[in-house]
Amino acid sequence: MKKYTYTESKDTRSGFGDAMTELGQSHPNVVALCADLIGSLKLDNFIKNHPERFFQTGIAEANMVGIAAGLSISGKVPYATTFANFGSGRVYDQIRQSVAYSDKNVKIAVSHAGITLGEDGATHQILEDLAMMRAMPNMVVINPCDYNQTKAATKAVADYHGPVYLRFGRPVVPVFTGADQKFEIGKAWMVNEGTDVTLIATGHLVWEAIQAGEKLEELGISAEIINIHTIKPLDTAAILKSIKKTGCVVTCEEHQANGGLGDAVAQFLSENRPTPQEYIAVNDSFGESGTPDQLMEKYGLKAANIVAAAQKVISRKK
Amino acid sequence: MQIKELQDIASQVRRDIVRMVHGCKSGHPGGSLGCTDILTALYFQQMKISNRKGKGGYLSFKMEGHDEDLFFLSNGHISPLFYSVLARRGYFGVEELATFRKINSRLQGHPTTHEGLPGIRVASGSLGQGLSVAIGAALGKRLDGDPRTVYVLMGDGEQQEGQIWEAAQFAPHHKVDNLIAIIDLNYQQIDGPTEKVMANRDLKAKYKAFGWNVMEIKEGNNMEACIAGLRKAKRLTGKGQPVLILLHTEMGAGVDYMMGTHKWHGSAPNDEQLAKALDQLPLTFGDY
Repeated sequence: MKKYTYTESKDTRSGFGDAMTELGQSHPNVVALCADLIGSLKLDNFIKNHPERFFQTGIAEANMVGIAAGLSISGKVPYATTFANFGSGRVYDQIRQSVAYSDKNVKIAVSHAGITLGEDGATHQILEDLAMMRAMPNMVVINPCDYNQTKAATKAVADYHGPVYLRFGRPVVPVFTGADQKFEIGKAWMVNEGTDVTLIATGHLVWEAIQAGEKLEELGISAEIINIHTIKPLDTAAILKSIKKTGCVVTCEEHQANGGLGDAVAQFLSENRPTPQEYIAVNDSFGESGTPDQLMEKYGLKAANIVAAAQKVISRKK
Repeated sequence: MQIKELQDIASQVRRDIVRMVHGCKSGHPGGSLGCTDILTALYFQQMKISNRKGKGGYLSFKMEGHDEDLFFLSNGHISPLFYSVLARRGYFGVEELATFRKINSRLQGHPTTHEGLPGIRVASGSLGQGLSVAIGAALGKRLDGDPRTVYVLMGDGEQQEGQIWEAAQFAPHHKVDNLIAIIDLNYQQIDGPTEKVMANRDLKAKYKAFGWNVMEIKEGNNMEACIAGLRKAKRLTGKGQPVLILLHTEMGAGVDYMMGTHKWHGSAPNDEQLAKALDQLPLTFGDY
């Protein structure tokens, strides 16, 4: 098992904010909008450096999405920002008609996704956004795993022309990917090569998958770990290559089992190479208040759950 | 352009509208006919549009529209009017109007950029979104130092959408003063008279309270009144406030049996009704 270490933990949203600061300098056409959550999205520096390129919309997300679409018409690259809950389901139709169907170069950049938002509880813990955004034609869906990857993704999508849903989170998590990494939309990142089982993880669960991989190694099981930061378009070539080797898969996501990464993988495999699969995901339930770690444990998203799922799926191999 | 010539264009556009809706046995003639005069006035008189020609001799359409006035249709269901005006203005051939709402057409039921139809900058149809998009486009022009104006047309039934009021609050707060929004006040919507379905009450007072500079065009189906009103609205831009025109129209204007009722909001005339409508609309520039 390849060794992954970290010297610091940071929130992925800070990766977003720091990338925006850099984009402010490097990309004169990048503009930002926010619906009354500047501090949460870490936009202070961007706003300080480029006040004329920032638009405060107040608590009015539908209008924010429409204005972003309008700004893109003149060649601006708008990042419309809020919590994931308010930047997906609440404004689905605005994103659908004014952005995706209209092919507008708008980045929906949203923080506080999933249950690790924590204490605010289920009203704010969106666990359905990947499913909604995956279902939308013309939408790219990205869910990076740590500070460095979020920063790289934020910068990369500025140079991609088209609608993007970029999802990140609130809590501090280990920074284990490289600084100044190259981010390729739609290209899976091979975290660890293995032979017995494939762990496909996205977002905060990549680190859990790595920890699971280490535990599995102690148990004499060789896990291949793939970081799918881009859920759509899905890197099916990387998945197929791995499955041909391992013959089974555990998908790991901070999201409902319905419609997320696991379903995207299952959809592809069922048509191309039916494979035993276990889901690490929230099972048709809302979240609740608690610390991120308590919630990850209660909803079965920890490394220990991945280990158990891996053992189970291996036993299902013929 | 002389008023008479604009009236002749409007008459031809009205013929296009009833013929298009008849041709596919669906669509929304009522609101289209009601807004024919204002849209004709905008595209053939008021708005600055690049006359540069491209392929096939049609207008060369640039999405970004730098140094051009931009128009957004928020109430996308009056697409027959929008398509006819765009074609008659030279964005594409009038013969394409015959494909309206038919399979494999660029002229979808509601306007869209998706099929690449020149002249359209955003999809609309799901109501309440156009004002926000127009504000964004106006902010883009401000950032670019582009002095041109952004126009948006909305329905009065559409004022029931919540997003409209998010946008209505935003524009004055951010002093978006290169924007002229127009509300088609015909007091009708699908389920009946607006005042009965969901009363808008005093839109003038509402928008004023939100911080808009509000004016009216009392005869929205009179070409001279439309031209004068649009000129006045243009003079009100650049003064720190967005401008709103309350445009009083008659749904179905120009076709007697379609007027004064919501019945023709979304239904198509039969052969006999089409003939009756065309009898009332002088042929001026030739049918498609």
